[in-house]
Amino acid sequence: MSLQIPDDRTPDGKPESEQPQWRRDFPIDWPEDNYISRRDFTRFLVLTSFAFAVGQTWILAMGSMGRGEDRQGRELVASVDDIPEGGAKTFTIKGTKEPFLLVRMSENTFVAYGQKCTHLSCPLIPQPEMGRLYCPCHEGAFDLQTGHPMMGPPRRPLPRVRLEISGNKVYATGVEDHRL
Amino acid sequence: MPVPEHLEFFIDPNRCIGCQACVQACAECDTHRGYSMIQLDYIARSESPQTVPIVCMHCESPTCAEVCPADAVKRTEDGVVQSARKPRCIACNNCVLACPFGVPKMETPMELMMKCDMCYDRTSVGKKPMCASVCPSQALFYGARDQIERQRPRSRPIHRFLFGRQIIVTKVHLMVPFESPVAPMDVIAAFRETVIGHVFGPNFSAETMVGGGK
Ligand code: FES
Repeated sequence: MSLQIPDDRTPDGKPESEQPQWRRDFPIDWPEDNYISRRDFTRFLVLTSFAFAVGQTWILAMGSMGRGEDRQGRELVASVDDIPEGGAKTFTIKGTKEPFLLVRMSENTFVAYGQKCTHLSCPLIPQPEMGRLYCPCHEGAFDLQTGHPMMGPPRRPLPRVRLEISGNKVYATGVEDHRL
Repeated sequence: MPVPEHLEFFIDPNRCIGCQACVQACAECDTHRGYSMIQLDYIARSESPQTVPIVCMHCESPTCAEVCPADAVKRTEDGVVQSARKPRCIACNNCVLACPFGVPKMETPMELMMKCDMCYDRTSVGKKPMCASVCPSQALFYGARDQIERQRPRSRPIHRFLFGRQIIVTKVHLMVPFESPVAPMDVIAAFRETVIGHVFGPNFSAETMVGGGK
């Protein structure tokens, strides 16, 4: 409900109900204009706090869905000869679009982590000679041994891919995802 | 505090002597010091020294506010149309072009439309506007209606004007000769009149009034 515009104050003298909508939305008189702004402000407050509430619930739901989830099954990632010592390879696991990074640390040690930085999802650059995965975006780094953050803004560890080496092949057998 | 209702503004161009006192006094106002919101117009400069002070008429349905795309021109509850609100004004000049009386002024360096607000800082506390307080011939008169009716028995205040098909009702009154017709003053038609040389008498019409007085 807006305040009533006196009829002699409209240009054609018609009552407020016959005026176009914009005239009611943009009243000329100061008290009504303030009234509308107050109403708009309240609407803005209610709607944005509602949106925030929905957003938070959604984030929570997404988080609890992914938490501690282990993907099972065995999947061929690479053959040992493909990757030189200190080399790396990106791969994906069937059913996801997430990029993963396989690093050969030494002759027989392979590790694999998600390639998305846990800060703001920049792709990580493997630096096995420094024993870390480096994020150029904000100078973040993760420990190559454990996947835990070493420096910079990231706070959460990278999802780690369980590997199995049999013969000449490297297989992924699951992802330990500790989101949130 | 709103402007007291019994105090009204009357413009009597007949009495204007072109002294520019109102223009100067307006520029003294604290809310826009150095900028005068009044202009003194010559009606037909080549033919007559007659001048008329242009102050805001404070329309009931202000065209300047109607055309404002930024919703910046507002009127206070007592019917006084104020200068554009600074945070909203986009200096588009629509109001300057649209005002039938030619009142709003664009202060381009400030990107702000400023106009006569009937000295709102003064009138809202019961004082006269600057211009009315200095006008030596009281062509700009601010006061009670019965007072001006007593003082100027040969004149009559009107506040309805016709611009093309638009009828404008104003808060500020214009004094016209008592005999002039009661219909809204047709301002556009007055532009086509010859300005000087009308006989002042029973046949006098409001149109000739705007055209140039007696
Ligand atoms: S995105 Fe990796 S540190 Fe910010």
